[in-house]
This record gives sequence, structure tokens and C-alpha cells, in this order.
Amino acid sequence: MFDFSVVSSWIHQFLTSVMPEGLAIFLECLVVGVCILAAYAVIAMILIYMERKICAWFQCRIGPDRVGKFGLLQLFADVIKMLIKEIVELKNTDKFLHALAPYIVILSSILAFACLPINKGMEILDFNIGVVFLVAVSSLGVIGILLAGWSSNSKYTMIGAMRSGAQIISYELSIGMCLLAVAIFTGTLQFSEIVAFQADGWLIFKGHIPAVIAFIVYLIAGNAETNRGPFDMPEAESELTAGYHTEYSGMHFGFFYLSEYLNMFIIAGVAATIFLGGWMPLHISGLEGFNAIMDYIPGFVWFFGKAFFVVFLLMWMRWTFVRLRIDQLLKFEWKILLPIGLFNLVLMILVVVFKLHF
Amino acid sequence: MDLKKRILEIAPETQFVEQGDIKAIVPSSSFYALAKKLKEDEDTSFDFLLSLTGMDFGDSLGVIYHLESTKYGHTCVLQTSTTNRENPELYSVCDLWKTANFNEREVYDFFGIRFINHPDMRRLFLRDEWNGYPFRKDYDMDSNPLNMTNEVTEDKTTELTIDAEGNVIEKENTLFDDKEYVINIGPQHPSTHGVLRFRTSLQGEIIKKIEPYCGYIHRGIEKMNENLTYPQTLALTDRLDYLSAHQNRHALCMLIEKALGVEIPERVQYIRTIMDELQRIDSHILFYSCLAMDMGAITPFTYGFRDREMILDIFEQTTGGRLIQNYNVVGGVQADIHPDFVNSVKKFIPYFRNILKEYHDIFTGNVIVHQRLKGVGVLSKEDAISFGTTGGTGRASGWACDTRKRKPYAMYDKVDFKEIVYTEGDSFARYMVRMDEMLESMKIIEQLIDNIPEGAYQVKMKPIIKVPEGSYFTSVESSRGEFGVFLESKGDKYPYRLKYRSTGLPLVAAVDTITKGGKIADLIAIGGTLDYVIPDIDR
Amino acid sequence: MGLKKPKIKSIKYEEFQDNESLEKMAAELNANGANVILGAVDDVINWGRANSPWSLTFATSCCGIEFMAIGAARYDMARFGFEVTRPSPRQADLIMVCGTITHRMAPVLKRLYDQMAEPKYVVAVGGCAVGGGPFTKSYHVVQGVDKIIPVDVYLPGCPPRPEAFLYSMMQLQRKIKLQKFLGGVNRKEKKQK
Ligand code: SF4
Repeated sequence: MFDFSVVSSWIHQFLTSVMPEGLAIFLECLVVGVCILAAYAVIAMILIYMERKICAWFQCRIGPDRVGKFGLLQLFADVIKMLIKEIVELKNTDKFLHALAPYIVILSSILAFACLPINKGMEILDFNIGVVFLVAVSSLGVIGILLAGWSSNSKYTMIGAMRSGAQIISYELSIGMCLLAVAIFTGTLQFSEIVAFQADGWLIFKGHIPAVIAFIVYLIAGNAETNRGPFDMPEAESELTAGYHTEYSGMHFGFFYLSEYLNMFIIAGVAATIFLGGWMPLHISGLEGFNAIMDYIPGFVWFFGKAFFVVFLLMWMRWTFVRLRIDQLLKFEWKILLPIGLFNLVLMILVVVFKLHF
Repeated sequence: MDLKKRILEIAPETQFVEQGDIKAIVPSSSFYALAKKLKEDEDTSFDFLLSLTGMDFGDSLGVIYHLESTKYGHTCVLQTSTTNRENPELYSVCDLWKTANFNEREVYDFFGIRFINHPDMRRLFLRDEWNGYPFRKDYDMDSNPLNMTNEVTEDKTTELTIDAEGNVIEKENTLFDDKEYVINIGPQHPSTHGVLRFRTSLQGEIIKKIEPYCGYIHRGIEKMNENLTYPQTLALTDRLDYLSAHQNRHALCMLIEKALGVEIPERVQYIRTIMDELQRIDSHILFYSCLAMDMGAITPFTYGFRDREMILDIFEQTTGGRLIQNYNVVGGVQADIHPDFVNSVKKFIPYFRNILKEYHDIFTGNVIVHQRLKGVGVLSKEDAISFGTTGGTGRASGWACDTRKRKPYAMYDKVDFKEIVYTEGDSFARYMVRMDEMLESMKIIEQLIDNIPEGAYQVKMKPIIKVPEGSYFTSVESSRGEFGVFLESKGDKYPYRLKYRSTGLPLVAAVDTITKGGKIADLIAIGGTLDYVIPDIDR
Repeated sequence: MGLKKPKIKSIKYEEFQDNESLEKMAAELNANGANVILGAVDDVINWGRANSPWSLTFATSCCGIEFMAIGAARYDMARFGFEVTRPSPRQADLIMVCGTITHRMAPVLKRLYDQMAEPKYVVAVGGCAVGGGPFTKSYHVVQGVDKIIPVDVYLPGCPPRPEAFLYSMMQLQRKIKLQKFLGGVNRKEKKQK
């Protein structure tokens, strides 16, 4: 198995040999930061392209295919256009907060993105309370959404923001429950260790029933977290025009647009990491030859493969279901999803205590 | 029962005119009492106000009422007028029939007749600062140049009442007070299906009150008709409710043919019926698509449009148009059906039967859809009749109001089909009515398509059509309700007044009642299931 | 220097109609000579803009149904990059005026147009938007949207066929490709002080 830490420690040694350590670390941080941003943008573009193609496929259409081969350049055209689009200045709004909101949203999703272990030894933020940190930063986004809704000084955005607040805070609980169940099972909150724990089998197999329940609940709650259909209440095109970002134009809107996709990727990435083994290849005990072959496939391929698989599931949901109503949405969380999550937690504890897992 | 005698008993000064349809001319002083009696008496029970038409008779201004009893099926036409052109006032009947509320506002808007005891005497279609009343014969067409100032929406409205001494006084009513959280949905909003505007008072997400504003697509078609010859007027009906293009035109052609006493060849009747039903399927598919889209599911939307294209192809083959076909003409149809018409229709029907199952799989069967539609937006049968919400909406509330059964025309009395009636009155019932109606339509087409008789597709008409003097009314079942045409003719080659009974106006009038207590999301879903087309409301 | 000809995949330049006004526009824009470097940047920007005009969900009447049809399965405007229709005018690049504009609607349309962020374009769809259509004699219909807002492409028809919609979009693309973004030549509204 390829270990990325070899590369990173080599770079570190090389840098410290030519410059003081502080500067070296600073430089490394800079490079890592740029890499994250680049990866962020690239993944968002891939996701948007993927969504357009998948949705077209669901809808018996072709999807983008004129701009570049198979429409591959479509996204670049969109980005260029978005970048040069005027940013409308509004009267009677809180200008500072209005401009700040999209950055908060994008910041929170970048921070959360940095927590994902992409390959062995390729964790950027990896410490012993990684899971808690991820939950904390990803819920920062809701502040951005609330600010956006409030500072636009429009009734539509306000309703959208309020819906979003209620929705994200509620569904955060379910996500917490699922992550807690995983933490109980693996005994750690650190992403790299969670992945390492799954070396002899992915959690969804090892933890059987409670893990599967947790996975499903997590997917539903995660979809709601990202404000995507059927939980796209805060934007609800046909109800609130564009929800909390109605008044945003140009790149500020672009940030919301990008962060929506990235949040989806983060949800999928976390699901892949904690339930599907992250960068761990598929290992079946007893079949040594098979395992050895699987090990040849690099970790990040595994990770992205799994993450995009989950993304596909989320898109499938999005393009099939009808939007819920806000009260049904909250009812669904508090009366169905959360009790299931709690029950599942107990189940998981029982499984762990009595060693019923594989 | 002799209606004439009954009317004379209540209002002895009534005169009867027998040109075209029989019309009772009632003096304005005794009109309200007569209307009330006719509505409330057990043996007359005229509970359905089909149409309310304003008229400028030249020397006087008046209103014509078409009443119908849902119990007995009998109809009558009343007319009342006032000679005071400066300050015309008539009594309102909006407490008897709820639909009169909007209709009287329309009359006020067009003719300036003010209705006493009407709670909300504002203009309906035109801007508040509009000069004059466009439908009066002496209206100056250039008196209102384009006004680009933004419209100010008033929260106050006036009501005319009678005080103790019998004088007419003005009272002020409040629509929304300052403390209410009022949001503005429309006129440009993705799910008002066009340019309708709702001012919605909210409490959190719950709707307290809705005030619809129409007129953003008021094109003055009825007024334009007064300067067009009869064949020319046909061109504009397609643009009213473009999803019932065939049926609308069918209605107008039928009216003129009836007035002229022209016998229509059987072949034409077959073709018209088939076209009407195809159009109905087309419209209902669009209904399904748009409802799905309003509720946030885009995939069913594209499915619907994919299959709708097949109908459009069939239309295009024969008529040359996709949406607006201009196919019916007075005395027949524009051109004979395409040689391949029968074949393509026969190919389409089994295909669509199959695909309907897919629709149900992806949308109807979905739990969320059930949650969102069942028990939401209930309209009781009484309200449905009182508002005059014909079509799918009425039938979902248990009111068997299908014009094809009530007053059969074309081939409808010779084919076998079921009138779909649900009793729940909620959004889901409204949805299911349309889905089931598509099956019935296909049944009708199947019965006719193989037996289209040979013969002429058109009767030769005189180059200039003059309709004999009198007033006439016909209606057809359009895709979304009873579409009626009222014609007052003075024997010219132009109509004196041509009025269309809008299928959508009653629906919009009922929105407030239906949505009260629901959520914003319900408003959208209800709007989707009511299935109105705005240009048909605004005309 | 010959005029650069905007290219649209699979349709030849000569096959488009009304090339004259396009050339006239280009000649006017290039009257002061073109800066080579800026020109190259402009080309990239214009390529981006031309391939991603997102239209506002705006339809007042009949033509709107045909507009919906081009978004759906058979005609699928997503192929050309017009994928997204935004319901919020702030995020739209293009307004397709589908349908009759009445006197009451006119101020609303103007306001929507003002709310859009630059660069913005207008396509007048259908006889009604072009010049009043069948309703020229009406007392309540605006005789063409160009009385209210500047129009970039006129698309006649009642309603225009979906193919014609796509054609009008391509004409708009050609127009965009010739414009100069840098220097603000195609800014429609002057910045307010
Ligand atoms: S141009 Fe024709 S189809 Fe389009 S809005 Fe006008 S009348 Fe309707």
C-alpha cells in the first residue's frame, strides 16, 4: 500500500535542511492550502458536471455536449462567466455582513473538506477529536446562510434562512448520533484511526445491522444537511425563488453554488471514510491473492471511488423525490430519524459490549 | 315548473326577450330580491352562477347573469341595467354566489359599474390609476399611454353600503394591516404558472390570508373582438387558454354555428371531438409535469414533456401548429386530417397507456407526494359550486360538473365514457381526477378514431358572416373546466360584445378559501393542482 | 484586418441570417482598433460568457410553454450550456421575454431587468414581445418590449418553434462572441455615482 507520508516527510526533511524549521512549516502550510483550494475547485467542477450528466441521464436528455468534447469544458465556461459577472450592490442592506456570508459558507466547507483522509498518510487535519471538529466546522456554514438571509433584507431570503437554520440544526443531531455510534464501535474519534480500524473489513460489514442503519440514517440526514432535494427547503426554487441566496449575484452566488456541491462531497466523503473504509481497499479475509491485488490500487482511488459512489446515491435521491414540506421535514427528523438514531446507539453499545460484531 | 311564471311572481315588471337565448330583463330595484329567491327556493335552487357579463347597451350599462341549478340542471338568463352612466350603481350578489366577487370587480374595472354591498370594490385587471373604463363604447383608446412608474399597492379598499335612510355611503375596508407579515408572490415567480400575483399574509410559514392580483397579462381580447369580424375573432381564442386551444375555438365556432343555424357534417364533429380529447390529454400531461416541478421533482417534468411531444407531433401533422393551431373554423375545420393521422393516434394511445403507469410509479406512489397532497387544500362541494370552480377542481370536490355530460355537444352523447368524480376535495383528488381523465379521453378517442365518416370537412360559409340579432351562450368542457362564450349581436358583421367565461378566474377567487391555514409550500402545491392558465383568467 | 467570424458548432457562418447587422456591430466596436492582448483575453471571456447564458425563468403566456419545452427531453437546451434557468434575476444573464407584455406588467419587467447583474441580454420571443403580435390593437398591450428595455435578439413566431429558440440563442452567442468585455463597451447601464 502506497503511503503518502513517505513523500511528505521527505519534503519536510528536504525543506528543513535548506531553511529554518519555522519557514519550512510556513511554506508547507502554504502549499497545502493552495492544494486544498485547487482540489476543492476541481472536485466541485467535477461534481457539477457529474450532476448535470446524471440528471440528464435520469431525465432522458443528453446534458451538456456542445462545449468541448462531451461538454467537458462547460464548467469552465460557467466559471469564467461567473467570475466576471457584476456583483450587485444592494441598498438598505448590511453591506459587510452581506459580503461576509458567502465566505463563511465556503470557509466552513473548506475546513470540513480538509478533515477528509484522502490516502494513507495524506490527512491534512488529523487529530484525536477529528470527528467532533468536523461536525463543529461543518455547522459553521449555517451561520453564513442565516447571515445571507438576514442581511439581504428581503422576505424570501429571510424565510429561506430561517428554514435552513431549523433544518440544519435538527439534522445535525442525527448526524451526531450516527457518528457517535461509529465512535463507540471503533473507540476513537480520529479519522486516520477509524480508517485503520477498518483494515480487516469495512465498518458497514463489521458492524452489520447497527452500522447499516447508521449508514442509511447518515445518508438521509447528510442530504438534509446539504440542503439538497428532497430537503432543499431553504432554496425551494418553486416556493422561494432562490431561497437565502436570492439577492446574491456573480461570484458570491458562485460560492454558494460551489459550497452546495462541496458539502455534498464532504457528506459523501465522510460516509465513505467511516462506513466504507475510506482509502482502505476491499479486503476479504481468507482470499490473500485477491487482497494483494486490491492493495495495488492506490488509496485515493478507493477513496474517490467510494465517495463518488455515495454522491451518486445522493443524486439519485435528489432527482427522484419530491420536496418535503417544512413541518414534515422537522417531524421526520424529530419523530422518526432521531429516535431511530438513539435506538441504534443503544443497539451499537449492545453489539460492542457483547462482542456480536465480526 | 314554469320559470317564467316564477320570475314574474317575484318581480312583476320583468320583460322577456326571445332573441337567441331567452333573457329576462329585470329592473335593478327588484333584482337582488329575485336573485336571492331564485337561489334559495327549493324548486328553483339556482346555486351556480355560470357567468356574469358586463354590458354597455349604449344608453344604459348593465349586467347579464347566467344561472344554473346543479340539482335540476335548468338554466336562466337574467339581465339588469341602470341608465345612470355617470355614477352607475347596482346591487351586488356576491353574498349569494361567491364567484360574483371577482366577476363584479371585473365589471367595475371594465364598465365602471359599482356594486352596492360588495366588500372590496377595486379594479381587478387594470391599474388603480387607469383613466376611464375601457369596455364602454365611448372609451377613448388613447387615453392611457404606457405608464412606467412602479405600481403602488393600496392596503385599503372601499365598500358601498346603504345607511338607515337608504342613501349610498362609502366605507373603508382594510385588506392587510400594518402589523401583518405580507410577502409578495409573483408576478414573476416560478410557480404561479405565469404572471399572477399573490399577496400573502403569513404567520411563520402559515398562510393567514391571500389576496390575488390579476391583470398582468390582461390583453383586452374581448374588447378587441368588438372590432373584428367573426372569422377574425377566432384567431384570439387559441391564445386565451393555450392548453385548451382546440376546445376554446370549438366553443366559439359552435356558438356562431348555433346562431346561424348551420348544420355541421358528421366528419367535422368526429374530428373536433378527437382533437378536443387529444388536447385534453396534452393539457393534463402538462398539468402533471408542472405539478411535479412545483413540488420539486424535475424528473417527472421531463417525462411529461417527452410524451407530450408525441401529441404535438400529431397536431402538427394536421394543423401545422404545435401549441396554437387555429384549426377549427366556422362551419368545420381548416383542413382535412393528415392521411397518417389515424395511424399516429392509434400508435400513441397504447404507448401512452403504458407510460401512464410509469407516471404513477414515479410520482403518484411516492410517500412524500401523498404527504404533501392528501388532506391538503380541501374545497367543499358547496364552496366549489358557489365559486363555480368547474372542471377537475369541481369534480374532485364531488360536483359532477362535466359539460360533456351536462350539455352534450359534438359526439359526446354518442360515446361511452365515465365522468370522474372524487369526493375528498383535496389536492390529491384534484390530481387523481386529471390522471384518470386521461384514461377516459383515450377511451373516447378509441371509440371514434376508427369510424371517422367520409364527407366534407367544412361547410361553405358566406364570405361575410352576420349573426342575427340576439344573445347567445354556449359552453364546452375545456381542459380545465367549463369554457363558455357569450355573444351579444346586433346583426352586424362584428360582435357587439363577446365575452368568454374564464375557467381560471373562479379558481383564483377560491385560492384564499382553499389555502387558509396551509403552509407556503401548500400554496404552491394547491396552485399546481388547481391548474389555472393565467392568460385565460386575464383575457 | 478581416473581421473575426464567430463560430458556432455545426452551422456555417454564412448560413445564419442577418449577418449584416452583426458585422455592423463588430465594425463599430472595433472602430478604434483592437488591442491584441486585451483582444485575446476578451476572446476567452467571451467564449465563457457565450457558452453559459443562464436565463431567467420568465414567461407571461403562450410562448412560455414552448420555452419549457426546450428545457425538456426532446430539445434539451442543456446541450448548449443554457442548462440552468435561475428564478432570481440577480443570477441570470439573459431574459427571454416569452409572451405578451401588458401595461401593468411593463414596469415589473423593467424592474426585473434592472435587477439583473451585468452583463445582461434580452431576447424578445414571439410576435407579442417583438411588436405586439396579434394584440397590436389592444389598449393594454405594449407594442414590443424594445419600448421598455433594449433587445439583443428578436425571435418572431407565434409561438416560435423550439428549434427557433435554439437558433435565437445561437445568434445571441454570436453576438456575445464579438463583444468586448474589457473596457465596458457592452455595459448597458452606466454606473451610478
Ligand atoms: S407571440 Fe403568440 S404564442 Fe407568443 S405570447 Fe404572443 S400570442 Fe402567445
